[in-house]
Amino acid sequence: MSTTNTTGSKVRVATVWLSGCAGCHMSFLDQDERIVDLAKKIQVVYSPLVDTKKFPEKVDVTLIEGSVANEEQLEMLKDIRVKTRVLIALGDCAVTGNVTALRNSWENSDQEVLERAYKLSEDLQAAVPNMVPKLLVKTRPLHEIVKVDFYIPGCPPSADLINYVLTELLVGKTPIMEGRARYG
Amino acid sequence: MTTNSTITLKIDGVQISVPEGTTILKAAKNNGILIPTLCDLEGLTPYGGCRLCLVEVTGSPKLFPACTTPANSGMEVTTNSERLKNYRKMAIQMLMSERVHICAVCVANDHCELQALANQLGVDHVAFERNFTREPIDSSHGFLVIDRNRCILCTRCIRVCDKIEGVHTLDLKKRSKNTEVIMDLDEFWGDSCSCTGCRKCAKVCPVGAIYIEGEAITQTKNRDVAEFITARRNRK
Repeated sequence: MSTTNTTGSKVRVATVWLSGCAGCHMSFLDQDERIVDLAKKIQVVYSPLVDTKKFPEKVDVTLIEGSVANEEQLEMLKDIRVKTRVLIALGDCAVTGNVTALRNSWENSDQEVLERAYKLSEDLQAAVPNMVPKLLVKTRPLHEIVKVDFYIPGCPPSADLINYVLTELLVGKTPIMEGRARYG
Repeated sequence: MTTNSTITLKIDGVQISVPEGTTILKAAKNNGILIPTLCDLEGLTPYGGCRLCLVEVTGSPKLFPACTTPANSGMEVTTNSERLKNYRKMAIQMLMSERVHICAVCVANDHCELQALANQLGVDHVAFERNFTREPIDSSHGFLVIDRNRCILCTRCIRVCDKIEGVHTLDLKKRSKNTEVIMDLDEFWGDSCSCTGCRKCAKVCPVGAIYIEGEAITQTKNRDVAEFITARRNRK
């Protein structure tokens, strides 16, 4: 799958942070000086690291960290899929659900976690807040909701692996994960 | 094996001679051809449960588990093909989707054979919907703990307990995906009167299902134990 865009300008890249710990973004930054090389070829159009509020149109590559745990993220992911050519699941939460999916073992896990977090651990005026997006009953990895083009597992994925996948894609090659993918 | 006769077969195009009765897996291994396995452990009775060692035999549309299929004279075996690779990846995905396999919070992270095989075979995601179980965790024993949510039902622990330690504390109950490893007649581990606390079950567990509390996982998963078992097994 080629990522070189038709106009010959820089490749438009977005990174998104759903239900995750930001560790994958830390690992992305951990590419260190290689980011300088990347920056010559890519333009980051949306990210927790830049100040863009709305997900832009016509993004070439989107890296998504974290799983889909609430309704807001669900809508966001569907919207991103429409506006992105190559969607990459970044890290174990996006690929498998990882720690954020541990709650799935409980039947009404959306209620159970809120009870645990806001009621059982409080003595005074314990109440579940109602201004946050509604949790989904089960936390889902990205590919259970939209089509994902590439997966970079790892908790977090190593900076080397992220760099490998991005550089391969930038030259129009398909990254080979055999022997490179690494869970946990 | 009582017979001394030798048979000749081809594995991945290489002519190999082995004593009659040798399994395809062993014949391949002795000649430097590594077939991925999970339930197999040298020294334990072959089980054929994980289906990772499936191989192709020319002339048969079926796939054969290399660990339980004896090598036959004139056999032509393929241990690595696109078809096998796909089946192996699928087997890993099924194991990973059956129970809660979350490497980041597992005691065996980085020392897990399931994780290592998934990485090696390039299983970069699980195509099946994952099943989040709530199987009972038993930490009633002094130092041995079993988290059944991480169990892949390879039965290595049961076989080592039965064949090597000679106790048979461990066994299975129920069937299919509800199968559970149990102690004695489904007692708490701490109440088991037959368990000798030899720790072999934890040592052979390929994942983080049985582990030893207060011991570093590198110590528990020490590979020397496999050699120890083989040595004990052959001294009859």
